[in-house]
Amino acid sequence: MRDIAVVAFSQSACVADIGAVNEVELIMPQLQAVYAQVGLSSAQDVDFVCSGSCDYLQGAAFAFVAGVDALGAVPPLKESHVEMDAAWALYEAVLKIRTGHADSALLYGFGKSSPGELPAVLSQRLDPYYLAPLWLDTVSLAALQARMLLDSGSITESDMAAVVSRSRQNAQANPLAQLAGDIGVAALLQDDYLLAPLRRGDCAPVSDGAAAMIIATVEQARRWGVPYARLTGIDQRIESHNPCMRDLTDSVSTRQAAAAAGVHEAALDVAEIYAPFSHQEIILTRALGLDEAIAVNPSGGVLAGNLMMASGLARVGEVFQRIVNGDARRGVAHATSGPCLQHNLVAVLEGA
Amino acid sequence: MAEWAAVVGIGQTRYKTRRSDVSIAGLLREAVDRALADAGVGFDDIDAVVIGKAPDMFEGVIMPESYLADALGASGKPMLRVHTAGSVGGSTAIVAASHVQSGTFKRVLTVTYEKQSESNAMWALSTPQPFSVHLNAGAGGYFAPIIREYIRRANAPEGVGIRVAVKDRRHGARNPLAHLQLPDITEQEVRDSMMLWDPLRFLEACPSSDGACAMVIAAADSISGNKPPAWIRGVAMRSEPTMYAGRDEVSPQAGRDCATDVYAQAGITDPRRDFDCAEVYVPFSWYEPMWLENLGFASPGEGWKLTLDGATSLDDGGDIPWNCSGGVLSSNPIGASGMIRFAEAARQVRGDAGAHQVENARLALGHAYGGGAQFFSMWVVGADKN
Amino acid sequence: MSTARPDVTGIEAPVYLHYHFTAGTAPARFLVRLREGLLSGQRCPRCAKVYIPARGSCPACGVPTTEEVLLPDRGTVQSFTIVHIPIPGNPIEPPYVVANIVLDGANISFIHLLSDCVNEAVRIGQRVEAVWRPPEEWDYAMDNIRHFRPLDEPDVPVERIGTLPVSGPAVPR
Repeated sequence: MRDIAVVAFSQSACVADIGAVNEVELIMPQLQAVYAQVGLSSAQDVDFVCSGSCDYLQGAAFAFVAGVDALGAVPPLKESHVEMDAAWALYEAVLKIRTGHADSALLYGFGKSSPGELPAVLSQRLDPYYLAPLWLDTVSLAALQARMLLDSGSITESDMAAVVSRSRQNAQANPLAQLAGDIGVAALLQDDYLLAPLRRGDCAPVSDGAAAMIIATVEQARRWGVPYARLTGIDQRIESHNPCMRDLTDSVSTRQAAAAAGVHEAALDVAEIYAPFSHQEIILTRALGLDEAIAVNPSGGVLAGNLMMASGLARVGEVFQRIVNGDARRGVAHATSGPCLQHNLVAVLEGA
Repeated sequence: MAEWAAVVGIGQTRYKTRRSDVSIAGLLREAVDRALADAGVGFDDIDAVVIGKAPDMFEGVIMPESYLADALGASGKPMLRVHTAGSVGGSTAIVAASHVQSGTFKRVLTVTYEKQSESNAMWALSTPQPFSVHLNAGAGGYFAPIIREYIRRANAPEGVGIRVAVKDRRHGARNPLAHLQLPDITEQEVRDSMMLWDPLRFLEACPSSDGACAMVIAAADSISGNKPPAWIRGVAMRSEPTMYAGRDEVSPQAGRDCATDVYAQAGITDPRRDFDCAEVYVPFSWYEPMWLENLGFASPGEGWKLTLDGATSLDDGGDIPWNCSGGVLSSNPIGASGMIRFAEAARQVRGDAGAHQVENARLALGHAYGGGAQFFSMWVVGADKN
Repeated sequence: MSTARPDVTGIEAPVYLHYHFTAGTAPARFLVRLREGLLSGQRCPRCAKVYIPARGSCPACGVPTTEEVLLPDRGTVQSFTIVHIPIPGNPIEPPYVVANIVLDGANISFIHLLSDCVNEAVRIGQRVEAVWRPPEEWDYAMDNIRHFRPLDEPDVPVERIGTLPVSGPAVPR
């Protein structure tokens, strides 16, 4: 199988409401940034383009069609789109490169969640006959999951607050984060519940923004002469939709994806995990088998800023940046999709 | 470099206006169960699931792969949801094929669907925005001016669209799955049907259908089932902006480039001669002559002559039958319509197309387009690897 | 079970979601100008083509656009259709003409209503001008132009449609 490398990544600052900016205006600065990192002039210089977005965030069908206006697709491009987080666009592009039909790919994800009420919007992702009519929103579902974990005795509310505290502290070094600060466990536990047992800090903020990435075969990366990180493994698995049909205190699909991506074939020193709720980071850390020595979410993770439809790709981008900066040698990136961690993607990156 | 992949199982639902007897998942399972049975495999033999459909607003279920994972036996497996507008059925097949061609998986299930009756698709497409006027013109209102420009440019006679409308419905009458069953349709009937978007009449436009189409795509060492495989000889996708200065909307460059790419992979030099048949996305009658030219089956300005000569008609014994299944003009579950084209092309080269079989079909084209005729996906399937 | 009841084959599950739609920087500029009775486009810095309404990028070149170009409210029919389809609640009485109109000085068409004409006499290349609503009715919307109507000018040859220069001043009517 062909060796694939991540060669460029950029994401916008996470902000709660970016205001009067449309999809094209959201995406274009990130595209220009990754072109500049590799020395490309436009999307015409890569072999394949794939994006991730969700119509319902902005409330208009075919949101991704407008995204094409950011690409300069004349002459026409080899282009595809997933109605998923752009981490799955990365997955599609990896397969494309493995077929030999492309040596390089541009990926981007974007989301403008501020026009709608995200938890209510995402409630319409549930089974349309039994669950969606209940308007069971994403935060309530996560609260049910957290309650199960707490009642099982495997975590405490202090453990959850510790995740939040570390996220905010790490985010102080991340200029793109939305929430950052030096706040301790005791102070966090003083907050009222938002939806018991979840406090506001336990829930990822909603952010508007976009992220872009360029990947290529290792040969192409060398031809370009840019620093790169090898993508040595990528896998994704889904599990049962119905929250009552699976053990919500574990993430079986993450374990499966991690094993298939070869997470533990060598030592790790960094992990970026897409955990929209504090207790989910604990579930995922356990499912990924990460020990204390591994830096988890040094960027602050999505609890510090959550670019819907791009946060998963951004986790891969964060690990890439740490490897090419020399801060890490081998890392794991994780993305999630669906209610209560239903669908998970795991990628492993290593230094050149 | 790519591994060989082939279609080894195909399953479709009957297409009709309303399938109120099944849920969305039930609709998909009909197609999926038939595809698995056709391939002689079960869910345990499937390595990954690739699903596609047009906008989520057509049913009001957001990112429905979450809900459908259980019904599609996807638990514990990789799953991907493709969305490339109307071309999505074709793109989904191509993405599914890449799972196998990349050497990553041995056997992949892919399925596309639309259940428009569960929501209001007209509403979904017409959320008003202030920078354009709200003219209630629909998709026909968008495509009719482009057709008018084609007619002017090609100096085509008025009745070509009517001829296509009749031909594809007569083809559809050979296909028991087709939504519209109009074996006795006449040109006069089409001519007398209501003018909707001049020059398009009611019977020159596609219906709105519920339905699903599924396929099993397998690697060369994992061929199964009792029927011959349809080898995937080439795949291509192209996208261009909806509008740009100087864009040829009648014969989009993305379509021409996509055809050139897929023909080169499959060794096609003269599509009219080399193919035995084609399944091409024709939702409005006039798009047959337009795509005949765009896809290189006819020279610019000459496509309508092939149609009038009966070259694309199975009933007239044409040399290059198009849309023997009845095409989009006979069945249109939007998200599945592209995959139906791809699957019907595969049925032909497997010799499994029933009453709409083209005799000795060995090589066929599957084609889909979407958006403002700006997204294209195509594949070439053959009875042989080369 | 004493009496057989009909099977439940469906349920009504209405979805209400509220959105605060924003158009984007470039479209917002277009709408503000419309409120002033002006038609505003943007020129691409790379290919110099003029887009209206602009989205903030040149879709062909993929570069940001910022230069504003005010355009006159007259143009040419690039193509058209006559809509006969009856849609419940449609305020426009069929049959009506929907035309792709390219303003003079623009390189892209937009769709608008063409009225005050004999539908059967509408043709590609025909010259047209905007009919505005009274200024007191103007809003941030393309509806400020009630419709377009034919101009008594010679038709534009097809190969020149979309390439005409700005034909006159852009002034509020």
